[in-house]
Formats: sequence, structure tokens, C-alpha cells
Amino acid sequence: MAKQISIEQDGTVTESLGNAMFRVELENGHVITAHISGKMRMHYIKILPGDKVKLEMSPYDLSKGRIIFRYK
Amino acid sequence: MIHYKSVEEIELLKKSSLLVGKTLAEVAKHIRPGITTMALDKIAETFILDHHAKPAFKGYGGFPGSCCISINEVVVHGIPGNQELKDGDLVSVDCGAVLNGYVGDSAYSFGVGEISEDKKLLMERTKQSLYLGIQAARPGNRLGNIGYAIQTYVEGFGYSVVRDLVGHGIGTNMHESPEVPNYGKRGEGIMLKPGLVICIEPMINLGKRYITQDSDGWTIRTADHMASAHFEHEIAITEGDPIILSSFDEVERVINENVNLTK
Repeated sequence: MAKQISIEQDGTVTESLGNAMFRVELENGHVITAHISGKMRMHYIKILPGDKVKLEMSPYDLSKGRIIFRYK
Repeated sequence: MIHYKSVEEIELLKKSSLLVGKTLAEVAKHIRPGITTMALDKIAETFILDHHAKPAFKGYGGFPGSCCISINEVVVHGIPGNQELKDGDLVSVDCGAVLNGYVGDSAYSFGVGEISEDKKLLMERTKQSLYLGIQAARPGNRLGNIGYAIQTYVEGFGYSVVRDLVGHGIGTNMHESPEVPNYGKRGEGIMLKPGLVICIEPMINLGKRYITQDSDGWTIRTADHMASAHFEHEIAITEGDPIILSSFDEVERVINENVNLTK
């Protein structure tokens, strides 16, 4: 049976690192660093520790992510 | 965490994998136009249970069947149901069994009756790409070499490789680390070491690589509704040539005997 790779995951922001980088704890418990997507930066979407966000990840590097959505 | 298997463990995995090979052959015997996928699933389940093993897929993540039967544009994870096979269908049967706690996992694509030339070539080339991938699985190479071998071969024919589904490590669990993509670059990914047991499973589409998932949460279809083929072997990496734990010998023998299957 083929294994599905999860490209999009949800997580919670734990720390703001500056430079639009954040430390995010994923739902599966992993902690990764993530940056905001350019589109979100263009629209001045602010992200604070504690926010629930949607991340995009690459199967090649599982320690980094890209925040593509901030949940209300 | 990657668990490298001992020689004894590989021996046990081989037993499970061979049983899966026999199960696929048993299913192949019964493939004919008009049979429902549910009936094929039942045959596989009975066969596995008769050999003192358990179907690995049943209940895995809530999957209802004992094997995945995917017809034409369904890439993988087709749920067995009331759908009937037709002449000209490309059917992939993916099956798994747990014997003595170790999991065997293998898949084969069949052509029902007379299939079109496109599909026939797709099947042959997908199978060939699997063996090329296996040849690349040697110590000293990295995981990316396997994907590279598969990708370059099939993309040369204008086919595409599904990106969202990958092969996997296997052992006492069906899905273990590492993930084995069917695409990639040489020299990327983890180093391959003796004792690593993985499933290589190229899923190759006739059209574009994009896929959609049905609302049942399982069935994966190609976005452009073109056919897709799927072959899977369980292999163990050793110092020299990789050992293919599962076997298509039985299946291929049955294909030659069953008049309803494309040779």
C-alpha cells in the first residue's frame, strides 16, 4: 500500500524568531522553523505566538516549513 | 527512526512477501470481465487467512478491504466494491499480509481481456522502471538514486510519476521510515545500508502527475482521468545485489494460463 506524504499540516506557533521566521509545533509533535509566505507578507497578515497556522512542507527537508494560512 | 533488519528478520519478511505473491496469483486466477472487485477481495482475504496470516490492509487507517483494487484512472487505494471489471480495464491489485508479525506488501497491474496499446506499454514500462529502481538500491547509493532511476526512465516516454504517494520502509509495521519517493535526484536522501527493507512502488500515469482524492478518503484518481499503473516489490538491501523478497513468478505463471488476462 502506498504511503501518502502529507504536504500540508497544521501547527501552533510557539515562538517568534524575527525575520518573519517562527518556531511552530506541528500536530504530530515535531517542532520546526517556518517562514511566512510572501503572499501573506504582502497582505500584512500578522502572526503571534499561540496562533494556529497551516504549513506547507517539502518531503525533502522536514525541519522547515512555509506558513500559508493563519486560522482565525 | 530507521530500523535495520537482521538476517533472521529478513527471512521472516521474505516468507510474508512470498505469501503475498501467492495471494496475487490466486486473485489473478479469478480475474475475468464481469467479476466484482468485492469478490476478488474476498478471494484474497480467504487465501491469506487460510495460510495462517492476517490481511495487513484490513483496518489499516480504517481501510475496509484486504487489498486495494484500482481500475484504470484510479492510481491506488481503490476500495473493493460492487464495480465490475470490464474488457480493456487496467487493474492494479495491491495486497499485504502479516505472517509471524512481519508484513509483506506487493502489487501487480493486470490487463483484463484485450487492452489498448497505450495501457499495455504503460504496464510494461512501469514494471521495467520498478526493476531499474531496485537495481539502484545498493549500498553506497542514496535514496534519491532509486527515484532518479525510475523517474528518468518513465519520463522519457512522456509519462509522469505521482509525487504525493511514495514507497516506504517495512517491517513489523506496514509503513516505516524512510519514505521512498519514485522521483528524485541522485545523491540526495539517506544513505542506503545493508539491512534496510523497503517497498519500491512506482505509480506511473499516462497523463499528468496530478491526482485527486475521492470523498471516501481513500480512492486516489488521476486528475486528468487517464490510466495509471502500479507495481510494487518488497526488497532488502544487502552488501551486493538487493534481494527481492516478494515474487512475481507465480503471478506471471497464472497470467500465461488465464485467457482473460493480457499477456
